[in-house]
Amino acid sequence: MISDLGDSMTDDTRPVHPAWLRATHWLNALAVVILAMSGWRIYNAAPFFDFTIPGAITLGGWLGGAIQWHFAAMWLLAANGLAYLLCNAGTGRLFSQFFPLSPRAIVADLLAALRGRLSHADLRRYNAVQRAAYLFVMLDAVLLVLSGLVLWKSVQFPLLRELLGGYETARRVHFFAMAALVAFVMVHLAMVALVPRTLLAMIRGR
Amino acid sequence: MIEKSPRLVAIDGGAVVKEALRRIEQPSRRLFLQRSLTLGGLSLLTGCAIVDEDSVENALMKVSRFNDKVQGWLFDPKLLAPTYPEAMITRPFPFNAYYGEDEIREVDAHSYRLEVTGMVADRHAWTLPELRALQQTDQVTRHICVEGWSAIGKWGGVSFASFLSRVGADTSAKYVGFKCADDYYTSIDMPTALHPQTLLALSYDGQPLPPRYGFPMKLRMPTKLGYKNPKHIQAIFVTNTYPGGYWEDQGYNWFGGG
Repeated sequence: MISDLGDSMTDDTRPVHPAWLRATHWLNALAVVILAMSGWRIYNAAPFFDFTIPGAITLGGWLGGAIQWHFAAMWLLAANGLAYLLCNAGTGRLFSQFFPLSPRAIVADLLAALRGRLSHADLRRYNAVQRAAYLFVMLDAVLLVLSGLVLWKSVQFPLLRELLGGYETARRVHFFAMAALVAFVMVHLAMVALVPRTLLAMIRGR
Repeated sequence: MIEKSPRLVAIDGGAVVKEALRRIEQPSRRLFLQRSLTLGGLSLLTGCAIVDEDSVENALMKVSRFNDKVQGWLFDPKLLAPTYPEAMITRPFPFNAYYGEDEIREVDAHSYRLEVTGMVADRHAWTLPELRALQQTDQVTRHICVEGWSAIGKWGGVSFASFLSRVGADTSAKYVGFKCADDYYTSIDMPTALHPQTLLALSYDGQPLPPRYGFPMKLRMPTKLGYKNPKHIQAIFVTNTYPGGYWEDQGYNWFGGG
């Protein structure tokens, strides 16, 4: 991309997203796709709603295969997520990129976005809706990991189990947290389709 | 497996067929392949033109073995599974096995003998009255199935730790294996075998264990998933040789614990 004239030189050479962010983003995307698709197959083994997930979009072929995928990708999600959070907090990016954040700013930016008036000139700065959405999905991923721990090792994490309302409630929490993550991904992809530059920035940094 | 074959044709048709025939002779493997992993989506994601299904399968199995180790390490032998009031018992308690309800095995109470072998001092075979004469205890706990559902039930029987000590089991051994009248088999780690809530269950809800729940005796562990709780147990053996299990050999996680 041609650099904007007039801005400081350092801004032009600095990538929109640092390399560690891009790496953790794509590893996370891979983990989330594997976990969601294998998780749907696991859900299908004992659905607690009136629907099942179409087999064609699930991963694993059968319950045992799906569990193997799920319990392999969970390590990727956890390790990569931890690396992301540590880098994010350690570099100060978490604070500078996501704060300040106020409900008023979210509403204002949301309305501006709906009117097509939200500026994307500087991809380095997240607008308030982005800040809220990315913080939400971070917290949602933490909830997915914690509720997943209760399902995997319900006896070994008694405090966590009770905080999440017991094994059966934790199943629902895990499901709804998945649904929220999938909803985020769909909106996220729609936004990327509307502003394709953001995809390039997440791949090559600029 | 069949989805993969077009990619292999170019290599060596004859050798591939020969190899495939060799492989499908193993029943558990055949079952695994029948239910094989759908790799199309993943190969698109990774951008790999060819995903070697065997290496993926092997890698997933390795992670599963790693998960066994992590679970063994996480397992706290003193931590108890929650217990519930009898009013919370799930009625009717669901039947579950690798076969349907019309195939439930009938085990004859009089001729029943429980074999105890392997690394134990006392290898005599136990009759049902002998087992019932041992000190009994009961518990109301949650049974969690690998499929995700759970149900609360009440099991009564002999503490497995006290049984193992009575038969002089070498508790430094790694595994306890089980063989069942319904041709099911499984095995567990020694720390779980010695867990205070692990029972040789002889009764369900105050009645002799009915055939559907594993007459005359099943192993009940609230710290493990349902498929780790064998029914109609005929033989128990203590060993250092990994015995595997019916579902475990097909890909379910061996530790399978909560």
